Amino acid sequence: MLVVTSENFEQEVLKAQGPVLVDFFADWCMPCKMFAPILEDAQEQLGSRIKIVKINIDESIQLAQKYRVMSIPTLKLFTGEEEPRATFVGAMSQEELVDWLAENGVE
Amino acid sequence: MENNCLDVIVIGGGPGGYCAALYAARANLSTMVIEKFAPGGQMATTEIVENYPGFVDGINGFELGMQMKKGTERFGVKTKFAEVKSVELDKNPKLIHTAKETFEAKTVILALGAFPRELGLPNEKNLRGRGVSYCATCDGMFYKNKTVVIVGGGNTAVADALFLAKICKKVYLVHRRDELRASKTYMESLKNAENIEFIWSSEVVEILEEDMMVSGVKVKSKKDDSIRMVSCDGIFVAIGNIPNTKLIEGQITLDEAGYVLADETTQTNIPGVFAVGDMRQKPLRQIVTAVADGAVASKYAEEFCL
Repeated sequence: MLVVTSENFEQEVLKAQGPVLVDFFADWCMPCKMFAPILEDAQEQLGSRIKIVKINIDESIQLAQKYRVMSIPTLKLFTGEEEPRATFVGAMSQEELVDWLAENGVE
Repeated sequence: MENNCLDVIVIGGGPGGYCAALYAARANLSTMVIEKFAPGGQMATTEIVENYPGFVDGINGFELGMQMKKGTERFGVKTKFAEVKSVELDKNPKLIHTAKETFEAKTVILALGAFPRELGLPNEKNLRGRGVSYCATCDGMFYKNKTVVIVGGGNTAVADALFLAKICKKVYLVHRRDELRASKTYMESLKNAENIEFIWSSEVVEILEEDMMVSGVKVKSKKDDSIRMVSCDGIFVAIGNIPNTKLIEGQITLDEAGYVLADETTQTNIPGVFAVGDMRQKPLRQIVTAVADGAVASKYAEEFCL
């Protein structure tokens, strides 16, 4: 799964075609580890309907601060705008994730 | 339909659930684990597990959960990742419904675990991820050189305090009693931590916010009702757990606190249904007592399947 940094955030997230789900994570975060395979499976299930990328908050402190990430994992759904369309704090099951994305227009 | 009926369905993939599955599969029972999120349960959020025997340097809780899952796969156990939406436990076979499928089993081992209790304050939910946290090892790093308040006085609260004291400038521990319930092993380290301050016999009655972020807490003394404002950047809630029993309410008998009424045999009020781990009424909730429950449950499940 692509790890986005400040350098390619605009290209890979804001200017991407279609919705992009960003998972803010860190290597030391245990629920993030639990969540990682769920994101992989969700990407596989949804295919081209969404692009899922990750941001390491220790390596991309500015992005984490800009988007006021204070707890991880935090998910943000971007749809071409500077501000995310939706934010979810915490991890969830694959079913919940797919439902949450559907509620926010990714079907 | 007989072919589709399993001997054992375990709901919940924490240590209790996986140990039950391991023993059941080794007893030649067809066994499946249904887990909604990820293997390991609460254990998987623990950075280092140091009280599970056999690991000289301790072991990462997530890693231990993955190992427990893999250990059952050797004996043919499959893990289904899905959320169980409802159960019909008094039927024969017993029916387990997820959003998309229904599974049948002769016996069900409930290993639903527990989740952190909330303070119950009005703005608590909105401030989650904006200063309110239930997991110090997850969110501690966001409070580097900042001031935090921990609420609670048990093992989790004290472990959180010691963990956060290494990262934060100042740690307040607000506890409703005038002494800690935590294990004595923590006491020496607590005494040596210079940046931990105790606020005894007190409760957090309000979370203060500024620009939608936590800015402090209002603490009320239980002794004289006096109020004290404590400025902080984060609040960590560690006031115990609530058993995860919503799924089985009305079918399985619970005690007043919501734990499943089952003795050391793990048998519930419904024959062929067993409850293991943190959700069961018991004096000590640990990984080792959860796995012990799992082994015991599988023995009775085996008897029931004969």
